[in-house]
Amino acid sequence: MSAIATRFEVVVGLEVHAQVLTQSKMFCPCSTDYLTAPPNSITCPVCLGLPGSLPVINRKAVEQTIRTALALNCEIPEFTKFDRKNYFYPDLPKGYQISQYDLPLSRNGYLEFDVNGEPRRCGITRVHLEEDTGKLLHAGAIEESESSLVDLNRAGVPLMEIVGEPDLRAADEAREYVMRLRAILQYIGINNGDMESGQLRCDANVSLRPEGSTEFGTKVEIKNMNSFRAIHRAIQFEVARQSSVLSSGGTLAQETRGWNDAKGETVSQRSKEYAHDYRYFPEPDLPPLTITASTITQLRESLPELPTSRRDRYIKDLGLTAYDATLITSSKAFADFYDEARRLGADPKKAANWILGDFSRLLNADHKEIQDASVKPAHLQQLIGLIDAGVISGKMAKQTFEAMYRAQDPGPALEAAKGSSQISSDAELEAIVDQVIGQNPKSVADLKAGKQQALMFLVGQAMKLTKGRANPERLNARLREKIL
Amino acid sequence: MTFYQRTIRELHQLLVDREVSSVELTESVLGQIDAVGEKTKAYLLVTRELALRQAKAADDRLRAKSDVRPLTGIPIALKDVLCVKDVVSTAGSKILKGFVPPYNATVVERLEAEGAVFLGKTNCDEFAMGSSNENSGYWPVHNPWGLDRVPGGSSGGSAAAVASGEAVAALGSDTGGSIRQPAALTGIVGFKPTYGRVSRYGLIAFASSLDQIGPMTRDVVDSAILLQAIAGHDPRDSTSSAHPVPDYFSTLRNGVRGMRLGVPKEYFVAGMEPAVEQAIRDAIRLLEQQGASIEEVSLPHSDLALPAYYIIAPAEASSNLARYDGVRYGYQAEGARNLIEEYMLTRQQGFGAEVKRRIMLGTYALSSGYYDAYYLQAQKVRTLIIEDFKQAFEKVDVLLGATSPTVAFPLGAKTQDPVAMYLNDIITIPANLGNVCGISVPCGLADGLPIGLQVIAPGFREEVALQVAYAFEAATDFRKLQSPLMRGAAA
Repeated sequence: MSAIATRFEVVVGLEVHAQVLTQSKMFCPCSTDYLTAPPNSITCPVCLGLPGSLPVINRKAVEQTIRTALALNCEIPEFTKFDRKNYFYPDLPKGYQISQYDLPLSRNGYLEFDVNGEPRRCGITRVHLEEDTGKLLHAGAIEESESSLVDLNRAGVPLMEIVGEPDLRAADEAREYVMRLRAILQYIGINNGDMESGQLRCDANVSLRPEGSTEFGTKVEIKNMNSFRAIHRAIQFEVARQSSVLSSGGTLAQETRGWNDAKGETVSQRSKEYAHDYRYFPEPDLPPLTITASTITQLRESLPELPTSRRDRYIKDLGLTAYDATLITSSKAFADFYDEARRLGADPKKAANWILGDFSRLLNADHKEIQDASVKPAHLQQLIGLIDAGVISGKMAKQTFEAMYRAQDPGPALEAAKGSSQISSDAELEAIVDQVIGQNPKSVADLKAGKQQALMFLVGQAMKLTKGRANPERLNARLREKIL
Repeated sequence: MTFYQRTIRELHQLLVDREVSSVELTESVLGQIDAVGEKTKAYLLVTRELALRQAKAADDRLRAKSDVRPLTGIPIALKDVLCVKDVVSTAGSKILKGFVPPYNATVVERLEAEGAVFLGKTNCDEFAMGSSNENSGYWPVHNPWGLDRVPGGSSGGSAAAVASGEAVAALGSDTGGSIRQPAALTGIVGFKPTYGRVSRYGLIAFASSLDQIGPMTRDVVDSAILLQAIAGHDPRDSTSSAHPVPDYFSTLRNGVRGMRLGVPKEYFVAGMEPAVEQAIRDAIRLLEQQGASIEEVSLPHSDLALPAYYIIAPAEASSNLARYDGVRYGYQAEGARNLIEEYMLTRQQGFGAEVKRRIMLGTYALSSGYYDAYYLQAQKVRTLIIEDFKQAFEKVDVLLGATSPTVAFPLGAKTQDPVAMYLNDIITIPANLGNVCGISVPCGLADGLPIGLQVIAPGFREEVALQVAYAFEAATDFRKLQSPLMRGAAA
């Protein structure tokens, strides 16, 4: 890779599609809650594309797109319109997708993010609004399937397209860009950022050019990357593939390639000769929209605090490290959980450690979202309180947290921790200390001879006997008193 | 006069006075359909049971004197481009053969609320593309004034039904003249309202920026009644106007005294039949005698309307008709081995020649590299035509001209020459492109075939078009002319 890096510069531009999870679809009153609904149950004449039906613009979806565009520092032109993108496919019931062509809702923005603590900025060409397609279900692989089933529940769900400039120079930049973008979308309430279910989709245009060159090389579009990891791997693979072709004197075809996650490679899907002529033209069923300055002001004022400023606030006001602050704010749900725990009185640094440590580990293992966990901010705050008051040890706290996490109701686990609190009474400790001293004469001798490690060993033995319930500081003190 | 020969207004009085029941009236019209339907072929589907059921319900309303409206109990025909819940609606196309919409068009809903009686779906050119009804995917319609003649198109079935007594009134749709031209050729009144005046929701689209639903009736009063019932904003059609709907009857009988009537010189086109031109000149003179002042005006870009229309309408149609792919509803070809073949065979077999021609025209006009030269250029022409009308309406209240340059021509006369067929709409198309309204009212006969006078009024000034058309109708006896089939004579 290092030899390649000296010869070629990587150029990546991302197109991100985000479902706008408004209550109703983009152009009809049907619900957008399609994931669990039986096939074709959330449909009407409009989203089925029945003859004679007409679209009506969802105001909320337009507003959400403008809010996103404002968060991405875009200009909002006064005049915008919808266009038809014409192509045939069974998941597209009208034979055209209502999208936006030359007058999108917004343009000329940028997104700021970090890579390993280094600030980066990527231009945003435009953010526009369109409708999602339906879904096709094949029995097995598409090439071999005898038939395909069409589910139009998803058809007409509002879909925002965020087109980035080709400003990204590496796979990890691309990943960080999408992660920050996802956080912003979550903060604004566009969707939950779930890539697996398709709420968030990402296509990458990848090309290489000789270092120092200002012209772009032949670009390849990569589709079907369903996770941050996939984005990273696919771009890395593609960079390696392209550089090996170019290094051996070959030429690249402008084409669309699909990412095969299992095989870890991109596969050619469609070359440019078969590129569609989409015959865009203004959607005659929808009058153009005028976005007034007062609407823009109103929507700007409705924006919540965004990840970057929240992170900066955590660093400046709460003393978190940049790394921790970035991690917590990368998910709105995390940051909201964190803020609530702090509001209830939890120490900022300790709360951050718990959320990014044990809590994240357990959530990740279960593929669970923090808002779905039974542990609520109040539980965490109380647990931290018990540790601070010396009622339970750090080790006990870890066990208690896991017990709380596993339980439907974390309350009893928390109460049990309080009840089975540390052994701090001198009488009880006395007995334990005597037992340890009696069983470990060699360590006692070592300690007397000045070996401090022996004390650690004896404390450890006492903790073992009490299953971690003894107060380590007191234990330490009693042992010293008795032996020295 | 038998019931089926009368107007909405007359029948409303008879219904209210209980001189006739809606069931009797409906049976009278159904009887006429039985008698002459095989000659005109005006209907694709007669909804006899539905009509009688609605007629009974209307009689209940009339008997109880509860919520009786001008259309309660009146048998009306609907052009097949209108979706009626649970009733086969095909837009005259084989590709929609057997298609049953699960919903009602807004106009259908409004007529239903009025208590109107639906006789059935009238024949039309496939997807409303045509000027003679010979492009129907099922069969051509014959003109009740001469069965060897076309009734005009595309709303030829609605026109023939009203002209033959097979309906008291009908709804049509007009994209480039499809209400007015067949109305002129069958001796009835046909009114294309301003784009946006009537909701298009449930109208199977031909060209979305031009399509408009309107009344086809025996006289001007009936058109006013029908338009009053269907006009107005519809939240389901974003292109429908919020402009308030006036009471069309408050000004209907005000006459033309003091009005300024414009005569565009460009509307006396080459190829206009002398008898048609004579009838139009006579009609203008008559209105002048009624106290109007006549002024010659110019709409300088009129000659560009037809070519611009044949870019814009096919372009929109090529996209609107993409949904007919055999996947979800309508005709599906058998024997396809893959998806592309399925699309191709379905559309090859399901669409007629004229529809395919327009899809190809439109697809070409929107293609990458041609868009600016064709579609964009045509839109610029459309702007010029809108400006032409604006300037003319600064000087005059309405514009007068022929509806069609010729009377009804023989079936088959123009089927081999698409351009000759397109020229039928040369004087009706500008009103669609110009966002104005136009009404055709009978103004004479030439060799026993009807001639239509077209009155064009500014956008959302339907009441002005109705006022002038009514003044003309009231000053003449043309509305009493009945087709041989209506009279019960052999056509």
